[in-house]
Amino acid sequence: MNQSATGTLFMIDIQKGSLEISRIFAANRTLVWRAWTEADLLDQWWAPKPWRCETKHMDFREGGRWIYAMVGPNGERHGAVQRYSEILKEVFFRGEDAFADEEGNINGLLPVATWENVFTDVVEGTLVKTFVQYPNPEALQEVLNMGMEEGLKMAHGNLDEVLGDLVA
Amino acid sequence: MQRDVFQAIADPTRRAILGLVACQAMTPNTLATHFEMSRQAVSKHIHLLSEAELVYAKPNGREVYYHLNPIRMKEVADWLAPFQQLWESRFIQLDNVLQTLTEEKK
Repeated sequence: MNQSATGTLFMIDIQKGSLEISRIFAANRTLVWRAWTEADLLDQWWAPKPWRCETKHMDFREGGRWIYAMVGPNGERHGAVQRYSEILKEVFFRGEDAFADEEGNINGLLPVATWENVFTDVVEGTLVKTFVQYPNPEALQEVLNMGMEEGLKMAHGNLDEVLGDLVA
Repeated sequence: MQRDVFQAIADPTRRAILGLVACQAMTPNTLATHFEMSRQAVSKHIHLLSEAELVYAKPNGREVYYHLNPIRMKEVADWLAPFQQLWESRFIQLDNVLQTLTEEKK
């Protein structure tokens, strides 16, 4: 485990190809849920600066999709799509996240991750736990390697149990 | 032969060994007392970490002590840093969005 200065907890299990990210937000669960599920709000935070996020299509329901692009400072664009498979309002949602073209057609050459976001009330506000599972350890490594090569361009995230263990 | 560093840290026992030698250099015997497995099994893990250059051996008298190689560990940290930064930067933006939403409600 590794806890950052802003209180984000990162865990990575390279062997399982999985990531877990936890963070407490100082707002009630209804608002935090909206920020994670409404396109106009997602557009405001999902892309790390100087990138920005542009939603093309959002249908937040089971079986629906969010099609969006990450737009870079020089106009470079990376498409991605999330497919929602299970939603329990203000409690959790599950789905897949993949690299895609701007129409939402999944890029079959890059790994598809399964996501689960869980929202829980805590004294300070709302705890959001994000579990990301790649099909195999190699897929996780591939995505992490892309990040290493391209800095912050791509929209798949994490950090680490390993380093946390060493610091502990 | 230089082993893949990520293969080396993929195993929980090896991560535990790294955690131990990060605090202080240790002999294989001392390390083995921390695990419920044979000394040989622990030695194999140490050997693999050593091939990955995450630890190195240094003789001290008649004993060999294993030390953490911080440079190699930093490579791991550097590799993962962009992802931590990505999420940090996202979440700080999300904090701002939530603050605005909360104020609108008031």
